[in-house]
Amino acid sequence: MQQVTPKAQATPLKTPLDVTRIREDFPILRRRVHGKRLVYLDNAATSQKPQAVIDAISHYYSHSNANVHRGVHSLAEEATDAYEQVRGKVCRFLNGDEPSSIVFTRNTTESINLVAHSWARKHLGPGDEVVLTVMEHHSNLVPWQMMAKDTGCTLRFIDIDDEGHLRLDHLDDYITRKTRLVCLGHVSNALGTIHSVRTIACAARAVGALVLVDGAQGAPHGPVDVQRLDVDFYAYSPHKALGPLGIGVLWARRDLLEDMDPFLGGGEMIRNVTLERSTWAGVPHKFEAGTPSVADAVGLGAATDYLTEVGMHNIRAHEKYVVTYAMERLAELPFIRIFGPRDPADRCGLVSFVDKDIHPHDLGTVVDQHGVAIRAGHHCAKPLMHRLGVVATARASFYIYNDHDDVDALIDALIAAREVFGLSASR
Amino acid sequence: MSMTGLDDLYREVILDHYRSPHGSSAVEDPQVEVEGHNPLCGDELVMQLDIAGGRIRAVHIEPRGCSISVASASMLAQQLEGATLEEAIALKKTFQAVMKGGEWPAGFERGDLEALEGVKNFPVRIKCALLAWMTLEQGLAEYEPDLVGEVEADRDIEVITKKS
Repeated sequence: MQQVTPKAQATPLKTPLDVTRIREDFPILRRRVHGKRLVYLDNAATSQKPQAVIDAISHYYSHSNANVHRGVHSLAEEATDAYEQVRGKVCRFLNGDEPSSIVFTRNTTESINLVAHSWARKHLGPGDEVVLTVMEHHSNLVPWQMMAKDTGCTLRFIDIDDEGHLRLDHLDDYITRKTRLVCLGHVSNALGTIHSVRTIACAARAVGALVLVDGAQGAPHGPVDVQRLDVDFYAYSPHKALGPLGIGVLWARRDLLEDMDPFLGGGEMIRNVTLERSTWAGVPHKFEAGTPSVADAVGLGAATDYLTEVGMHNIRAHEKYVVTYAMERLAELPFIRIFGPRDPADRCGLVSFVDKDIHPHDLGTVVDQHGVAIRAGHHCAKPLMHRLGVVATARASFYIYNDHDDVDALIDALIAAREVFGLSASR
Repeated sequence: MSMTGLDDLYREVILDHYRSPHGSSAVEDPQVEVEGHNPLCGDELVMQLDIAGGRIRAVHIEPRGCSISVASASMLAQQLEGATLEEAIALKKTFQAVMKGGEWPAGFERGDLEALEGVKNFPVRIKCALLAWMTLEQGLAEYEPDLVGEVEADRDIEVITKKS
């Protein structure tokens, strides 16, 4: 197999993280795949979990398990305290103003559906416009399509340039006096573009529209300050940020939450119930019907502590360092075409690319045999794929435990794929 | 480096079909026109069939997808030209059963399709190999419902019939 040795003085950037030590915290990184070291580059789908998160969940079930917000026994009290404490941690993580403005859901998708149901369906109608972008994940598109069908409001889409930046030069055409809500991803999961949320929020403010940010690829990868961003709703999925699967977060302005009706009805979210009618619990509990996943909340708390200790500014700097190296190495391969912003400063730790001769699925299968896990497909962004003129791309996405050696393993595997298909690796 | 699994998946005959697929010539006035999509991965193909007297006279396929889905579609085109509709359905059913873990019946005329057997070891890729065949079945089911019977829905594959 042909090996390409990394170029000397590949990148002047340095990482502030001690990746070797961080890797020791992630037990899954010790496993082998097809006899090779696991090189996990599918972090935009879900991140791996540090031992501290796994232990926190295990400890919760071993010591404190009970249902929350009911029962007067000690375990119920401990479970309730543990659950509510995490609200405070997550609030600080996003620099929200008060813990009660954090609603726990199942994932980003449910958080967005909650807003579509409880805010948009209540307030929007024919003549109103909701502005999205052409590069949204389906989770920040489909709920709005469903809502628009029910309310008669109109959806409009901000276009992108060829590098995958939003066309901010035409913002006035999209965000007008008819606009009531602007919904956009913080960072594109398909191209890695970091959007200028503040610029868009500013335009929305000027016409009195609200702003919802799909932070699924934002919150895990850099500091988020919802007050500084000046937005109204911010949703993310902790499982992409070292946390467990099964819990989602919605931060919203407290006055908006007060005004909104519940999303789901049932236990936990009521103040009083008669056979005829019910009244709702206060914010945020009126949005959390049924028994929540307390253990996952506890795991989210541990993940948030871990991220805070590593430092979100450091994580951002580290990803910039890894993605810069990845883009340099990929650029050495004449058969690879990279999508998205050319300047690594404009993207998170994510690269979408295609081999001009090998379909992304075939690439995914071949590199997996080398222990390298990447995503191949449309990344739940079919309208964007259409806009780029491809049906699918391959995507490598990095996190705090990825380093140059992972990028090198990917490059070697991409070269090996050329061999499998009987293609030259030099053109 | 041992890449037995990969060598078995990407056999030379598959790569040959991928590089120059059968069924690229246009079909004039097709009796059946169907589009198959794999919504999970974005693979898609358009299939046109020229049918006369219970036989497939010509197959035209425009595949957009990975090597496995393109090669499988190409083998379909190669194998079904001149086949009766009954033979076409029988081949689809047998090939599907093989992909899902079965064996080829003794003496069955399997042609190049045999080369796709390595796909069995890559379960997530089986749907790639089946896309063209599910699309064929749906197209024939609407052309001659009695022949095909109840079409088993596959959550991974969506077929849109344009003409039958």
